[in-house]
Amino acid sequence: MSEPVLLLEATDVAKRFDSVIALKAASLRVCPGEVHGLMGSNGAGKSTLVKIITGVLRADGGRILVKGVARTFGSPAEARAAGIVSVYQDPALVPDLTVGQNMRLARVSLKDVRRRLEELGVTSLDFSSLVRDLPYPTLRLIDLARALASEPAVLLLDEITASLPADLSEQIYLMVRRWRERGNAVIFISHRMAEVSALCDRATVLRDGVTVGVTERAHGSEERIVALMLGAETARAVASATSAPATKAKPRDQEPALEVRGLRHSPLLNDVSFKLYPGEVLGVAALEGQGQEELFDCIAGSRRTDEGAILARGQELRLRHPADAIRAGVVLVPANRLLALLQQRSVRENIALPAFGAIRNWGPIGMRAERARVESATARLQIDTRAGSELSRLSGGNQQKVVIARWLASGFNTLLCFDPTRGIDIGTKRQIYALVRKLAAAGSAVLLFTSELPEIALACDRAIVLFGGRVVAEMPVAEADEATLLRAAHGLAPQLQAVS
Amino acid sequence: MTAPAGGEPSAMGVSAMDSSGGFAGRFRRWLRLHPSLFAMPALLIVSLAITVAIHPTFSDFDLQSLAMGALPLAFAAAAQTAVVISGGIDLSIGSMMAVANVLAASTMENANIGESLALAVVVLLAGAAMGALNGLIVVFSRVPDVVATLALGFIWGGVALLIMEKPGGGAPPEFLNLGAGTLFTTWLPNAVILLVVAVSVIWIPVRQSRLGLQLYAIGSDRVAAFRSGVDIERTRFSAYIFSGLLSAVGGLGLTMTTGIGAPLAGVYYTLSGLAAVVVGGVSLAGGRGGMVGPVMAAFVLTLIPTDLIFLNIDPNFGQVIQGTLIVAIVMIGGFVEMARSRR
Repeated sequence: MSEPVLLLEATDVAKRFDSVIALKAASLRVCPGEVHGLMGSNGAGKSTLVKIITGVLRADGGRILVKGVARTFGSPAEARAAGIVSVYQDPALVPDLTVGQNMRLARVSLKDVRRRLEELGVTSLDFSSLVRDLPYPTLRLIDLARALASEPAVLLLDEITASLPADLSEQIYLMVRRWRERGNAVIFISHRMAEVSALCDRATVLRDGVTVGVTERAHGSEERIVALMLGAETARAVASATSAPATKAKPRDQEPALEVRGLRHSPLLNDVSFKLYPGEVLGVAALEGQGQEELFDCIAGSRRTDEGAILARGQELRLRHPADAIRAGVVLVPANRLLALLQQRSVRENIALPAFGAIRNWGPIGMRAERARVESATARLQIDTRAGSELSRLSGGNQQKVVIARWLASGFNTLLCFDPTRGIDIGTKRQIYALVRKLAAAGSAVLLFTSELPEIALACDRAIVLFGGRVVAEMPVAEADEATLLRAAHGLAPQLQAVS
Repeated sequence: MTAPAGGEPSAMGVSAMDSSGGFAGRFRRWLRLHPSLFAMPALLIVSLAITVAIHPTFSDFDLQSLAMGALPLAFAAAAQTAVVISGGIDLSIGSMMAVANVLAASTMENANIGESLALAVVVLLAGAAMGALNGLIVVFSRVPDVVATLALGFIWGGVALLIMEKPGGGAPPEFLNLGAGTLFTTWLPNAVILLVVAVSVIWIPVRQSRLGLQLYAIGSDRVAAFRSGVDIERTRFSAYIFSGLLSAVGGLGLTMTTGIGAPLAGVYYTLSGLAAVVVGGVSLAGGRGGMVGPVMAAFVLTLIPTDLIFLNIDPNFGQVIQGTLIVAIVMIGGFVEMARSRR
């Protein structure tokens, strides 16, 4: 290969956590002036590799060359001094300090950060506001601006566009391209294939901690990337599981499993009504902050409604606590798995937690009954429990399956899925949607919000669109293509044809 | 210690760059950043007003004894604050105060004022050294801070008893006067001056430097701080050094206000100091609060039992009332915070 001096070269990097091997032989070669995609299923080792490159973790084996010189970094600060800076999956800003203080903390100049923020389209940020008072998307941009202010030769972006609105993602793409033009490199991690193929020059694919391939061109090699990520046999299995979305018309004469009438929760939720029938998957499409979080929280009983009624199988619910909703058979799978699970407890305990009530109300827990339920749920969902007992060792996708498994073990009528595939790889994503379809086929009702509009067509029978806290559109899945949903979600009337 | 950052003047310089919504807006933001700077003076004034109301003959002498009574507690609170802000806890503060107290009283008994001041410096260094050992063990042994500092508290308590078996010793009157007398007017006790000067000299440079930011940062979110390039271990370690140093000042204060050394006197201050920290608006979760709140809270907490005695309340029942008031004050603070975030 006649490459110029590589900015970053990681060879055969290995890392294990106790018995779990996170990385076996991960390699990554990044040239100056390229955007390099890093792809892989959850648990493939992307985040571990990023953490090793940026000095958060130490590798057990392999070597890392920066501009041809072997380096090991003991901390993110050392990596930054060598020109390697990462924007992590979650904001790395201290909540109780102001924006300005955070910049001083990281020793970057306020002037540079302000200039970068302006380039990202943020002009009116008050640097004396507390970080914990700022909205999430703004924090992502501040994170990015701070990383850019230290002029990194290699910039790593780990899932930066996940749950960002489209216009902000666009700003980030522009910035990434500009950074590449200056002869720097950007390592871009994302589960959105469209994004990767539009933005990245090349892509490295990891599977099970091993680099399984590098595509010399990301654009047009989506199929190859997916095949590499999944491994040949899984790809075939997944394809057959999702190829037939059941779009039979559901009988509407029966009683709705869940009915919402005139629901309000000021200020974001104004008058939402809909019906959800047994055996149906109802998709909810909305842009960021249109009241979807409040809607799901109200139905799940973790927020009190201001006005309106929630009925389950014809019975009006008085929801004061999530336990009330669970008792009525209405259960929530949240986007943030950390909110639903006890990270330090075992998989079994996590699955059994809400089932305690069902198995025995008081006195010692019937261990055998519990184990049987948990095992059947684990088996049905194919949860990978190799990682042993502690939940925090499971990958994100497997953790999400544990959340669903616990409800399977305890029994439910209506499943509320709030962006269940956020930050989850394509393979697990498809498995989760196949599972949702299977649950619906068995007679459950599912309310599904997803931040990725194309997924509505994948899993739902019917879709409603929220805008400004109201239901602005309802359509069968056949009409719910991405363009229609997107127009409705922006508050545009669906009958108007696109002008562009 | 990290040197103060040279480039920017201070955290305050940041807000000056922004176009804020006039004075009212700036005031509101200032309140948001430093809520206890408003609430604690108000609470202190109210409790002083109540004291004067139920005790019409409140004189300059009463003020002096209040200041002397509050002085050691205020330093204990300040010492605890340094650690709590960084997200830790130090249960050995009272014992370290006792060590400083008996060390001073046993060595200064026959010294003159000059020698006493030199010995005071030695005591401060000893305090910093005790704090450093606390910090080393907490940071590098991975024993949880509650356990480690509790155990070290027993050790320092034992050391205090080894130095001085029973209350005794003393110090020259000029030295005692630093904490017990008055200098300009009888309405401004030296204890208050000593407190303000000592805490300012130790804390303000820290607060203005990067180290101050780092202390708040690791208390607020350790992962984010680490990713911002903060050396977590070193910062935690330095928090314990400040705790030891301020405890030693508190021990010296104890010597000044009591005139003797008492190996068991300090122990009371660990938990009372923690109460002052909480009442003073410092979050036990770390990252929030300042020095002013806990120091003022020490005065409030000293006033409460005095007032209860004036009201002729059974001192045993007084304990119940004091505990209730602590919970009530913290609860009100919580409600205010809740109301603010709801708006």
